[in-house]
This record gives sequence, structure tokens and C-alpha cells, in this order.
Amino acid sequence: MIGRDLLGIERLERAEIERILDTAEHMREIGTREVKKVPTLRGRTIVNLFFESSTRTRASFEIAGKRLSADVINFSPSTSSLKKAESILDTARTLDAMDPDAVVVRHAEAGVPQRIADVLAAPVINAGDGAHEHPTQALLDLLTVRQEKGCIDGLTVTIVGDILHSRVARSNIYAFRKLGAEVRIAAPPPMIPCAIEALGVKAYTSLREALEGADVVMALRIQNERLAGAYFPSTREYSATFGIDRAKLRFAKDDAIVMHPGPVNRGVELAHDLADHRPGVILDQVRNGVAIRMAVLYLFAGRQPAEAAR
Amino acid sequence: MNRILLRGGRVIDPSAEHDEIADVLIEGERIAAVGRGLRADGAEVIEADGFWVTPGLIDLHCHLREPGQEYKEDIGSGGRAAAAGGFTAVACMANTHPVNDDPATTDFIIDRATHDSPARVYPVAAATKGLEGVVMTEMVALVEAGAAAFSDDGKTIMDGGVMRHVLEYSRLVDAVVITHAEDQTLVGGGVINEGAVSTRLGLRGNPPIAEVVHVARDLILAEFTGGQLHVAHVSTKGAVDLIRQAKDRGVNVTAEVAPHHLVLTDEATAEYNTNMKVSPPLRSEEDRDACRRGLVEGVIDAIATDHAPHAQHEKELEFSAAPPGMIGFETALAVVLDLVRSGELSPLELIRRLSTHPARILRRAGGSLAVGAPADVSVIDPARSWIYDVAKSYSKSRNSPWDGATLTGRAVATLVNGRLVYDVERGILI
Amino acid sequence: MRFVKPEGSSAQGAEVGGGAGASSEVWPSHKPAATAILDEVGIRRSLMRIAHEILERNEEPDRLYLVAIPNGGVPLARRLAANLREIADLVVPVGVLDTTLYRDDLLSTGERPALRQTEMPSAVDDHVVVLVDDVVKTGRTIRAAMDALMDFGRPRVVQVVGLVDRGHRELPIKLDYVGKNLPTHPDDEVQLRGLEGGLRGPLELVVLSTEEASESRGAGK
Repeated sequence: MIGRDLLGIERLERAEIERILDTAEHMREIGTREVKKVPTLRGRTIVNLFFESSTRTRASFEIAGKRLSADVINFSPSTSSLKKAESILDTARTLDAMDPDAVVVRHAEAGVPQRIADVLAAPVINAGDGAHEHPTQALLDLLTVRQEKGCIDGLTVTIVGDILHSRVARSNIYAFRKLGAEVRIAAPPPMIPCAIEALGVKAYTSLREALEGADVVMALRIQNERLAGAYFPSTREYSATFGIDRAKLRFAKDDAIVMHPGPVNRGVELAHDLADHRPGVILDQVRNGVAIRMAVLYLFAGRQPAEAAR
Repeated sequence: MNRILLRGGRVIDPSAEHDEIADVLIEGERIAAVGRGLRADGAEVIEADGFWVTPGLIDLHCHLREPGQEYKEDIGSGGRAAAAGGFTAVACMANTHPVNDDPATTDFIIDRATHDSPARVYPVAAATKGLEGVVMTEMVALVEAGAAAFSDDGKTIMDGGVMRHVLEYSRLVDAVVITHAEDQTLVGGGVINEGAVSTRLGLRGNPPIAEVVHVARDLILAEFTGGQLHVAHVSTKGAVDLIRQAKDRGVNVTAEVAPHHLVLTDEATAEYNTNMKVSPPLRSEEDRDACRRGLVEGVIDAIATDHAPHAQHEKELEFSAAPPGMIGFETALAVVLDLVRSGELSPLELIRRLSTHPARILRRAGGSLAVGAPADVSVIDPARSWIYDVAKSYSKSRNSPWDGATLTGRAVATLVNGRLVYDVERGILI
Repeated sequence: MRFVKPEGSSAQGAEVGGGAGASSEVWPSHKPAATAILDEVGIRRSLMRIAHEILERNEEPDRLYLVAIPNGGVPLARRLAANLREIADLVVPVGVLDTTLYRDDLLSTGERPALRQTEMPSAVDDHVVVLVDDVVKTGRTIRAAMDALMDFGRPRVVQVVGLVDRGHRELPIKLDYVGKNLPTHPDDEVQLRGLEGGLRGPLELVVLSTEEASESRGAGK
């Protein structure tokens, strides 16, 4: 790994991504043993600094750290800095004085892990920052597709949903493009970000066209609380035009797989049966999540590289 | 009587269209003579050879944070920073705590300035009570108390009906209504220009049309009502085009642009540096270039710093939560001299936009070195190279994107009302 | 995982740390001279002998379980299993156990070493586990392998096969079965080459002298 931190996929090279995936393959095997633990990070401290609550991702990092025998500490400062006297950087500086071996940061606002990495000596792992990036999610998505399809080069990946507000979309766009796939996005027009083509994807407002010949269909969660009425009129209409179900899947390749970062709004962006049965592969994604996070912790924690590229 | 002779400088006076080597003699608080080989027995001599000698620079738009937020700036510290930047007068906005929406607060500011600030301070009073955009302020009383203009800057008057009445009523006084023109419903909570950069960074975008749409509205209202409109911190090509068309039609409108919108683009925010977060945001190259052209053509009349101090702990929040703004008094000159270095503006035209036009817009004396004019003079070294160390700034705040940068061009002496208040060797003198 | 490229010629130099070995191409742009210690024939003989010894020493051969330490141990363990089948008609399970995550020097190195395959076809409980490694020096790899093994279950007995014992122990680890004892300088590098030939080889065990070793170090096994 070249850099000290894992802030996003945008700055990773293809070889680094493949290294993480290969390492994760080996980590998966540990989950099949009876004693699901190796002593590799024994005595090391991993801090989960989750400004935005997230049971799933935090649990996944916690299990990953514990399987590597690390001591995992969970910090959940109150969501808004405005409520506290302590700024985010003050929290980070306080943490730094405790000498953690890695800090996993999740925040509702973009750019926070980067600012924290600037003041922290420890490696920073981005567990999701606003609408910017969610690198471990993209890595586990890559791993899942690689397991299903063998190789990413030449595949067509279609990402459907609220691209504008989605860090999963951005990270996956970088990830799949770097490994040689063609990436398409499909969304109602208000949710297609400005100049998204500059990231190397083709934007579609017709789901059918976007699905033609797709090998991988990735459905994103619709935040109905926040967006219905503003960016699209109703979940009913969203589901009818952009929701993924078996009928719409017919436009994709016969062996296309369906993915979702979770949690699923059943019946909205994804039909019930696809959430539970093949060609949906959501549970595989979750399993791979622990393996990827173990690989990331193994490769980044406690590292003092000769040239810490930031 | 106090006499000062500024000798051998390049005297640039846009009010007289003069740009030539000459001496300037100050007696008391006035310009006494401008010419070659002036004799000045007993006068303090300032050698201006190699420097520009110009009417004092006037900043149409700044935030001094007093009353109410003195932890990040006050009229004294702001005034000193302004004088160190070559400004002899500044117009400060009303978004203080309490808001400057009544004569008592205007009085307070003027009084404070008299005692604490080396530079003149012209308060801009609020256009509506509490900046709430509903009830207009007592404009007549405020002008009598010393307000130079009206603005809800910091916020936008979203209600068209209210803005209409504000512009109409303002005809009772000779003062401009300064609009912070951004349709907040189109801004949509955006914290950075909407474009390729906002998409990459995953930050909520504020599209250029938010400004363009609102400038269109305000221009039509100005035309309709006959009020005097001034558009603050223009940042988009669309706004420049609309203002150009309006002026061609004879609409009574003026406009300003900030130094950062003339040189920076939204690419500068790529590392989530909150010192690059401003309102309106840094825009695309196309918008920046249009603003430069607009300033050169005269569609935009003036340069104003929008000096906006914020404390370190405020700027250390996540990008979307950090308050927008950067300090700018001490760096403005170096930044805008870029347009002279590139050949886009002559020194005379630059000074016109930094002094003569702002004076006219504020209905205040200034922008001129004519005999009898108040002796507000800036002495500028356009070629001086220096490193800006924000830690040494006179401002209480440190939110400048130019910290550590090597800049070219600097005020070397500032005279207000016939007194030398700043020189680059000794700093602020009063 | 990339293996060392072999060279076709098998020079029979038995000297250690000296002697002009055949110049074998290791990396495309680099040629450290290596001295061959055991060639394909020698390795075969050693493994046959070791297979006999294993059978001699263990009264319950049906409890045997070979566990290879990658990378070098893998072809050796497979060949041993084939030998045991040939000699005694035994089908012995062969597992592969990567010890990287159990190393005691993991976090002090700059780059994290790449992980290798682990595949244990059945439980180790109550079996006679025979660890198989190509070169044993400090004993740390064997210690790590035992730690790893314990996380898989509780073997009845653990024995160790090393094709080459080159001494310089840092831990109290002994080998039960040795192909060849080889005194070396601690900075020498001893490598098993020909691994990508799979079961058929040809395998060759070589010594790189100290200067050559320090040049080629970093690529690892």
C-alpha cells in the first residue's frame, strides 16, 4: 500500500485494490474455522470513531478487528459538532494522544476523514463520509463480483438509484472502472449529479436501456424520509420506474447478479424475493464485508511506511 | 499645521484621469497641491520614488463583527488590518449581534471607529429589521445617523414584494440597496459550487443559477422601482451578462466583485479546505473569467474584499458546517494586481475600481487627489515581493487561503485624513 | 503468489558458501550464482526415506495427517503422501497451513507480507499431525505453525519434517525427520526451486551465499 490511510478508492491504484481483494480471499477462510481468530493484531488498538451511527458497518469492523485479535474501542461522539464545544479536529487530536494503531472514521459529512488524517499520526480508514466515498463497501462489492464472475475486466455494471447523495455509488464507480468494467448509472434526472460523466460513466434516465446487457445490477437505497417529494414524487413511482425486480431484470444478461449495500427498502428499490434469493447476492456481500475489513486492517493498521504519502 | 510631502511617486488619480510622476502635498486634512518639484518647507517627506501614490483605497464590503462577535474581529482590529492593506475607508455590513438596523447601533459603530480604527468606517445598515426580510428599516433615520448604504448581506431578501418596497422606499434617501443575490431555494443548502468538483467531493452543490435567477429578479425590480441597486460579490457569468444588459438599458445598477472570485475556482476546494469556503462559492473557470472580463469592461464597477473573519474553531468543523468566508484586507491588493500584471487593466483603471467608484457608490468623499479633497492616500509598491504570514495579521482571525504564499504588491504607506496611519516598516502607527 | 523461476541445469555442487555454482536465472535482470545442495534425485531419495521413518515411528498410521507450510512445504507434503500411499497403501490427508498471520515479526516490517493459501480438508483433532517445511532455520515458522494448528483443533501428536535443517535455532524446536543437515552462514539464503512444476518438479535445493543472498532478499518464498 502506498498511502498511510484508506480515504477512498479515487486515489488507489489497480494493483493496490487487487492486493486488498487477494488478502481478503485469505481472510475469508478464517471465518470458516472453528476458532475464528488469528493473533496478528494482538495488542493493537483499533478505534471506531463513528460520528454517524451505523450498526452494520461498525459491527463489521468490530468483528474484523476482533478476528485479528485487536482491541477494538468504539467512540460515538454526538452527531453534530455544533452541539459540542469540541471540534472534530480536537476530538481527533485527543485520540491521537492515546496512540491508536488505526482509526476507522464514519461521518455524515464529506471530507471529515481527510481532515482527521491530516492531524492524526495513526492510519485513518474511511468507513463512509457523507456523499463522498465508502471504500470498504466498494471493495467488498468488487470481491463479491469477482467471486461470481471470475474477473472484472469487460463486465458491464449498472448502478441504480440516488447517485447524487450516494458515497457507495461514487466509490463503486471508481472501483469498477479501475478494474476494467464499464459502469452505467441510472436514476431519475434530479438524482444524477452534475458532470458525472467526468468520472467515466454513462448516465441513463431509462432503466431499461441501462440494464441492457448488464452483468451486475446494483440497487442503491432510497432515503425516502429525506427525498420523496423533493427529488422524486413518491416511492410508489420510484419503485415502478427504477425499482429492480425479476421482470425488469430480463433486460440484463441471463446470468446477471443483483447487489445492494443494505439495508434494503423492500419493495421500493429492490423486490422482496431478490433481497432473499438469487440472483440477489446480498448476504455474500455482508460476509465479504468482514473479510475485506480484516484485509484492510491487516494491511493498514500500525503501519509506519517509509514515505507516508498523504 | 501638519504638512506631508509625498515625493516623486507615480501619482494615479482616476478622478482626473492623471497618471504621471508628481509630488503630492498634504496640509492638515486636505490635499494642498499636486505637481512636480513641489516645495515643502517643514513638511514631513515621504519618498515615493518607485511607488504608486493613489487616492485611498475604499472597501465597499466587509464584516467587522462588532458588536457581538468580538472574539473573531472588532472595529479596531479590522480597521488596522484594512489600513495595513492600503484601505483608508471600509463599509461594514450589518449582520452583527445585534443587527445594525437602528440608529443607536449605527452610532455605536461610528463612535467605536472614531476611537479605535485607523481607517474610516462607513456602516452599511440593514435593509430589513433583524435581517429577517419582512419589515424594512428606518432608512431616513439611519442615513442621518451615518449609514452609507443598506443591505441584508449575509442573507437574501427572498420575498419579492419586500424587496420591491425596500427599493421604492430607498428613493427617499440617496443610498444604494446592496443585494446578496442568491435564491436560497435554488442554493438548496449547497456549500460549494455545483459542478464536477462538488460531484467528486460528494458535497451539496450550489448552482450558478441560484445567483443568476436572483440577480435577474433584483435588476427587474430596480428598473421597475427606480431604486438604486448594487449587486454584491458577483461570481457568475450569467450575472455579469444580465448586469451588462441592464446597464445598456439604463437601469440604475452598480456591482462589485471580490478578489477571490477573480483568481480562484472551485478546484481550490478539492482538499476540503474550509478557508476556501465562501458565499457565494468559488465558481468554474468560465465564471471566473467572465467576472474578470466584466470588471475590465466596467460592467462590474468595483472590487470589494468581503473580508469575513471566522475563528479557528469555527473553521475546523466539517466542510458543510464551517461558516463561509475568508479574511482579505491585507492580501486584496496583491491578488487584484494580477489584472495589471496580465495587462487586462491599467493601473489607473485598477485604482478607479478600488477607490473612485467605491466612493461614488457609497456617496462619500474619496477616490480623488484633487486639491481640497480629503487627504486619504495609499502608497503602493506594485512590485514588492513578500510572504504573507497570517499569524502576523492585524486581524483577530486567520482564515486566509494565502497563508504562506509569496505575493507581489503591497501597500507601503497609508494616510487617513492627512495622518500617516501605517507604513510597511513600522506597521500601524496610531 | 509468484515463485522463483528455476534454471534447467542442475549443477552438482555440494560445497557450501563457496564454489562456482551454475549461474541460474532467478529474476529476469539478475543472476546470483547458487550452489545446488540437493537435486531432484536427491530430494526424491530423502522423501522416500522420510516416509519410511514416519511409518516406523508411528504405531497408528491411520491417524496421520500431513500439513504443509507454504510454499516450499506443499510439493514436499504431496510427495510424502504419494510415498506413503505407495509403501503402505495409506491415504493420508494433506492440508496446507499458511503461518503468515501467526508470525511474531509481522508488524515490525514495513510492508505487510502477502498471505498464502490455507486449506485444511478435515479436522486435526486426535490426529498425528506431521508438519512439512522445506527449510528450517530459526524455528519461528514451526512455532507459528503450531500456534495456527492449535486454533484448528487439538492434535494428539505433532511431528515436524524439514527437508533441510540449517541450524541457527532461536527457539527450542526440534525436527523429527530431516532430509539433510546443512551448516550455513546465517545470512545465506537456502531456497527450494522448481515449485511451479507442481508435483512433477523438477525440484532443486540451492544455497545463495551471503552477498548473493542479500541481493535477492526481499522477494521471499
